[in-house]
Amino acid sequence: MKHIIVFLEPKDEHSLKRTSYEAITAARQTGAQITGFAVSGTETALKSAAEYGLQNVVVAQHPLLHQYSSTAVSEALSQFASSVQADTIVISANATGKEIAPRISIKLQAGFIPDCNELSNDSAMRPVYAGKAKVHVKSNTPITVYSLRPNVFTAKSHPSAGITIGSFTPNLDESHAKVKVISVLKNEGHLDVSEADIIVSGGRGLKGPEHFTLIENLAGTLGAAVGASRAVVDAGWRPHGEQVGQTGKTVSPSLYIACGISGAVQHLAGMSSSKFILAINKDKDAPIFKVADYGIVGDVFEVLPVLNQKLKALLGK
Amino acid sequence: MNILVCISQVPDTTTKVQVASDGISIDKTGVKFILNPYDEFALEEGLQLREKFGGTVTALTVGGDTCKEILRTALAMGADKAILIKDEHKNDSYSVAFQISEIAKTMNPDLLVLGRQSIDYDSFAMAPMLAELLGLPSISMVSSLTIDGNLIKAERDIEGGKEVLESSLPCVISAQKGLNNPRYPKLPDIMKAKSKPIEEIPSLSTHARISTMAMQLPISKRIGKISGDSESEISDIVLALHEEAKVI
Repeated sequence: MKHIIVFLEPKDEHSLKRTSYEAITAARQTGAQITGFAVSGTETALKSAAEYGLQNVVVAQHPLLHQYSSTAVSEALSQFASSVQADTIVISANATGKEIAPRISIKLQAGFIPDCNELSNDSAMRPVYAGKAKVHVKSNTPITVYSLRPNVFTAKSHPSAGITIGSFTPNLDESHAKVKVISVLKNEGHLDVSEADIIVSGGRGLKGPEHFTLIENLAGTLGAAVGASRAVVDAGWRPHGEQVGQTGKTVSPSLYIACGISGAVQHLAGMSSSKFILAINKDKDAPIFKVADYGIVGDVFEVLPVLNQKLKALLGK
Repeated sequence: MNILVCISQVPDTTTKVQVASDGISIDKTGVKFILNPYDEFALEEGLQLREKFGGTVTALTVGGDTCKEILRTALAMGADKAILIKDEHKNDSYSVAFQISEIAKTMNPDLLVLGRQSIDYDSFAMAPMLAELLGLPSISMVSSLTIDGNLIKAERDIEGGKEVLESSLPCVISAQKGLNNPRYPKLPDIMKAKSKPIEEIPSLSTHARISTMAMQLPISKRIGKISGDSESEISDIVLALHEEAKVI
């Protein structure tokens, strides 16, 4: 690894997505030269990357990049990487990265190492079989594309002396933009499990959709997202967007609170890489306790109100 | 509409993973193999589109002889044709995508449908890789799809919401839960599928672009402090979250 291109995505006018800062941190720790690459973003948002040690950002400029197209972005990034002879591309394995990273690997005839949770100067570690095993993977090609599991690499402040923003004009035509995003429907008013630092999830132990107010109240106290097990999503108690697990979302929050969730393998597959896990279940033999840092063996209907009250007291709410 | 559905065989979700003696793969002894769960959504979508627009559904997989089982499942669900690219090794995502792309080029499908990920290596790589090798657009993790003439409109899940996308045929999509409700094959169809032909194609040699150096089982670093539900025990947990884990 000599020269890494890190793909940067703006979150709003002032900042980049947390996953972009995570990617910068992971790249910086390899000791290689780093260049940020973006296709959009305000100067303020791009310059915010300096806080994490980035010194150079290049923004691709082209009319075909005004409306997001995964194919056009992949082409632009690949052309830029070739133009500066970069040997490494680092992209978050979020929804955007899952579309562009494999494409870029084909364009650059590069090895693709997806969903890494450790990155070193010449290889990476990644979870496989839903986290039941991990593999050490090396690339056999001169160029390598790595995608990073979100929320695993903690973005560390390391201010750079300054940051310069340059531009790059890719050579694109309509054939590079055969798929386009025409609109984005945001889940207004509530935090998504894939973006949350704390998740409070409920399972069948809640006994009915009306009792999810217990989960919502606790999530409200903690500023957390509400999650759900497959059983309650299949039963129609909660929307699919909240499902954590194999057929739902894979999450790695700082704290995952599992309430009335027994811990089926499919659920563990989606949350076992959480940094800390608190489980509340009345069955002391429930598998969820085997992966938990903290456990309360008890009835969720009795435990959750007490837990919420204690947390409120601690947080001064 | 000619539809190519690419499927894969994976260990059952409940498999207890052990590392094989080669140190880089799982021990397959006693492991039950199944059709990758997301590929059921891919097959169902292919079949529903054929029912609407006519055409054929071809199911294709890359793997050893044991993978014929999932091709038979695809035939029992209603696929017209099944193809096995015989490659026991399946070196990396690229080598699988390359082999599929070479076969797909000879078939010119209007639509290629895959599952969003296979639940063994969870790479989410196949649909965009295949699309790029074929020079086609792709949409990953599709939860809603409409096709009108050549125009495709799809929704896909992103962090904090959904994206609405437009593209055109030919295209590659990967299916997400919510796209449809996969059918269960009926017993007579399962019986009939047993005698249907499976076309076998020899492996095309490729160089793996990545190599697994070692596989390990993760070491649990959990604190494992399990307590009762008295008020003082709950207080202790709250204190531990604050002072020990420092997460609140």
